[in-house]
Amino acid sequence: MAKYLLLKHYRGAPSAVNDVPMDQWTPEEISAHIQYMHDFAARLEQTGEFVDGQALAPEGTFVRYDGEGNPPVTDGPFAETKDLIAGWMVIDVDSYERAVELAGELSAAPGAGGKPIHEWLELRPFLTEPPTITE
Amino acid sequence: MTAQLDETLLRSLTPSVLGILVRRGVTFAAAEDAVQDALVEAVRVWPADPPRDPKGWLVTVAWRRFLDTTRADVARRRREDLVDEEPPSGPTPSVDDTLQLYFLCAHPSLTPSSAVALTLRAVGGLTTRQIAHAYLVPEATMAQRISRAKRTVSGVRFDKPGDVATVLRVLYLVFNEGYSGDVDLAAEAIRLTRQLAAVIDHPEVAGLLALMLLHHARRASRTAPDGSLVPLAHQDRGRWDTTSIAEGVRILQAALARDRLGEFQAQAAIAALHADAPTAGETDWVQIVEWYDELTRLTDSPVVRLNRAVAVGEADGPRAGLAALAALDDSLPRHTAVAAYLHERDGDLATAARLYVEAARRASNLAERDHLTRQAARLNARR
Repeated sequence: MAKYLLLKHYRGAPSAVNDVPMDQWTPEEISAHIQYMHDFAARLEQTGEFVDGQALAPEGTFVRYDGEGNPPVTDGPFAETKDLIAGWMVIDVDSYERAVELAGELSAAPGAGGKPIHEWLELRPFLTEPPTITE
Repeated sequence: MTAQLDETLLRSLTPSVLGILVRRGVTFAAAEDAVQDALVEAVRVWPADPPRDPKGWLVTVAWRRFLDTTRADVARRRREDLVDEEPPSGPTPSVDDTLQLYFLCAHPSLTPSSAVALTLRAVGGLTTRQIAHAYLVPEATMAQRISRAKRTVSGVRFDKPGDVATVLRVLYLVFNEGYSGDVDLAAEAIRLTRQLAAVIDHPEVAGLLALMLLHHARRASRTAPDGSLVPLAHQDRGRWDTTSIAEGVRILQAALARDRLGEFQAQAAIAALHADAPTAGETDWVQIVEWYDELTRLTDSPVVRLNRAVAVGEADGPRAGLAALAALDDSLPRHTAVAAYLHERDGDLATAARLYVEAARRASNLAERDHLTRQAARLNARR
């Protein structure tokens, strides 16, 4: 089994094929999209491949240590940040091929006009624990 | 053939069993562990072999667990002393320490999240695993949170009365901020508040219980089958739980009659006015604004002022609502969403749609974000 992160971007991914902002969809199209996402996660729970899914607020803050006795420095949010994560799903699957298959299905979630968004999702393998048997 | 275990009954015995052990001189932390062990044992044994005296059974098992642990921990001499000290079996003391436990678990030295976790375990009898699930954290994290909380209150005297307001804040948090898992936290908060109301006569305890019952009554109508939020005005009022509403209103009226108004009673009064309206259009917004004025006097909270602006918008028209809103800091949560709503009611759909998009971007939860995006989409589709 291998864990993969499916990353959804607010910004930074190549443009989707059906690239229409959500507030320009009809309310029914929004409902259909949300239902698709729910069903997808529920199905992965059934198959024993779902680990976690979370959504992130679009705005965050950069923080760094500023030396002994000083409060941390904060900066941002930066309007020009190129890469902005919107959320993720973690899956635990048997193969890379299965991970790609699932990412493809998630990217087919319906959008404007009820047509698939063809959104680009980023698929990243988790680094694992070292195996016990190495020779 | 095994009988179904009444887990709520079992858990309702937690505080008094724990109190008995503490009265016997066991430290709170050790007693709490022993009672948890006894609860686990009860879940295993009771279905096949239900005890005649459930509470006495739990006290006996918890006491033995405590002794076993102590035997493993301390020197022989100390152990013999303890065995000598074992109280005679028989009727358990009638003193109820339930109230003291609420105070201890909501002690001001605890952070809110620790107080919530400790209350759910020591008063509510939930397992660490159940609490961890409900708050979406790993079980080991929740176990640490609880044991740190127990250490924090280890020096607190058990017989000193605490502040009921701190207990109410903890119960309010449990009611308002549950997530998922196999435990219904809202129902659990109601159970714990009801149990508290049984051991202390306080109008704000009654006020909080009424508030919870009145909100819980609307639960079935608050989300659509697809999980989306249904705002109050669009809820199917036929699905509101009238038994729960009647109980809430009765408790609230008795509390208000005592003329010691507090914030929970005022909030419950607002919920009762909503519950009382057969349709959204028949809501008595003028009275609701008056209650928000009371609430502002009691708490001076910006969130209350924001909700008041919504009520003013209904009572005196959207322009009046927008004027009330203009006086508030626009970084307040839901400020933009309220502005969008009031502009829509004022007929300015373009501004409303833009603000709904902005409000969705600022939403702090997914259901609200989806709802606000849908509102923007609805207006954009109409224009």
